[in-house]
Amino acid sequence: MIPGRGGDPDDTRWCFAQVKGVVEVNVTEADIISTVEFNSTGELLATGDKGGRVVVFQREQESKNQPHRRGEYNVYSTFQSHEPEFDYLKSLEIEEKINKIRWLPQHNAAYFLLSTNDKTVKLWKISERDRRPEGYNLKDEEGRIRDPATITTLRVPVLRPMDLMVEATARRIFSNAHTYHINSISVNSDYETFMSTDDLRINLWNLEITNKSFNIVDIKPANMEELTEVITAAEFHPNQCNTFVYSSSKGSIRLCDMRAAALCDNHSKFFEEPEDPSNRSFFSEIISSISDVKFSHSGRYLMTRDYLTVKVWDLNMESKPLETYQVHDYLRSKLCSLYENDCIFDKFECVWNGSDSVIMTGSYNNFFRMFDRNTKRDVTLEASRENSKPRAILKPRKVCVGGKRRKDEISVDSLDFSKKILHTAWHPSENIIAVAATNNLYIFQDKVN
Amino acid sequence: MSEEIEETKTSEEATGEEQREMEDKVISPEKAEEAKLKKRYPNLGAKPGGSDLLRKRLQKGQKYFDSGDYNMAKAKVKNKQLPAATAEKTEITGDHIPTPQDLPQRKPSLVASKLAV
Repeated sequence: MIPGRGGDPDDTRWCFAQVKGVVEVNVTEADIISTVEFNSTGELLATGDKGGRVVVFQREQESKNQPHRRGEYNVYSTFQSHEPEFDYLKSLEIEEKINKIRWLPQHNAAYFLLSTNDKTVKLWKISERDRRPEGYNLKDEEGRIRDPATITTLRVPVLRPMDLMVEATARRIFSNAHTYHINSISVNSDYETFMSTDDLRINLWNLEITNKSFNIVDIKPANMEELTEVITAAEFHPNQCNTFVYSSSKGSIRLCDMRAAALCDNHSKFFEEPEDPSNRSFFSEIISSISDVKFSHSGRYLMTRDYLTVKVWDLNMESKPLETYQVHDYLRSKLCSLYENDCIFDKFECVWNGSDSVIMTGSYNNFFRMFDRNTKRDVTLEASRENSKPRAILKPRKVCVGGKRRKDEISVDSLDFSKKILHTAWHPSENIIAVAATNNLYIFQDKVN
Repeated sequence: MSEEIEETKTSEEATGEEQREMEDKVISPEKAEEAKLKKRYPNLGAKPGGSDLLRKRLQKGQKYFDSGDYNMAKAKVKNKQLPAATAEKTEITGDHIPTPQDLPQRKPSLVASKLAV
């Protein structure tokens, strides 16, 4: 699945497919993409941005005339999901930025997704309308009211075809359950419940009920001065509806079983890699903070992302990760400046491919990295308008650490830290990836011969 | 013979020192970075994680607005009949209390996303 250096024909080569968004010297803040998510079939791709807007792309049907052209993603629906608010009681400004989008599995013609900002989760229904009623008695075709006195006969309105219209409506609003900022939402495999997670608490909801929510994890200390750890992400197990995990700012993951107790403050499993005390520095805890946690599709493994690495854990082994991959270890000698410019707090996400054989995560300079778990090979690719000719093959990139820099390499000091790839998504079954580069969305796919 | 032994001893010492030097550099780029940080900010507390950092994170979005002060200032302005905007600003009590005008635009974004072009 990784572009090989030796030209092995079995290796995947990634090509540019599409890019969405505009090129602006000063990026409009509202346009910054804050989340990307494929639905469970890969037919739809949703993005959320800092301006509270959601854009949903749909994959075109593949045409038999052009087999080398995979289906393109085009705009299907766009709507304003969240708006900025001000909580006057607490003097708190509530951003409209969409933190996460999660799709619900499809069970009828409409599509459903959950989108959340810092405080409120909303269930959106996206449906198509391609017919409309015509032949009303009391209105004419332009909608003007007819004088009842002029009506001499009655007719039955009929449905006639119309141009396709895609509408998004907010079906449920789950609010007022979080004192702190929501960082994750996760739909349960029972398709009835979902959880929302903030810095200190996790709440369980029924998708049908908005006026009640159950608290299942609460790590708030009695005295806030004693606060040492916050929850950074949480996810339900893909097929065990009683199991979920949550990660912490101290680099640990707790697995909880909802059958054990109503309040899951006591974990069933605790995953943490022991630290070498002699290596401890001022930065150790900050860079160990987990920014994302994802179950593998199989449910057998967990993947976590901290500032410098991605780790794969076996659910049956709590003592240490199964695999550790270095994303950009060369940043270890830049931690001081990364702390000063706050980049050390950047929250990178990570994703699995459909078969759990390759994992992907973002880095700086619009680079993103893929690690093949089987071949142990890795590659660095770049999302850039310079490589945006249709079906152009992406060339692997390399960062050089001091010493002699080769022609195609880029030195650590030349990296652009404002170009960070925090959000990526992988199609559930095919080699198609979506990469959010600030205000642009890139879609790449493997080369089809 | 003894000369040879002496030579070996000296070279061993030399490599020992070199090794220690290398270890100091290799031990931790992190520790080197930490030293750099402490030099720039000598008042930085020992515990980096811990409550200060976390509490800052939890307080994101906090803006202080006193409706009492704001309304008092507005009332004074009405009596003086000065142009509203500038006078309100000068009547603000305290240095940092914002007025609704100072707070960022809370109107919904009516502009469509540029991805949807």
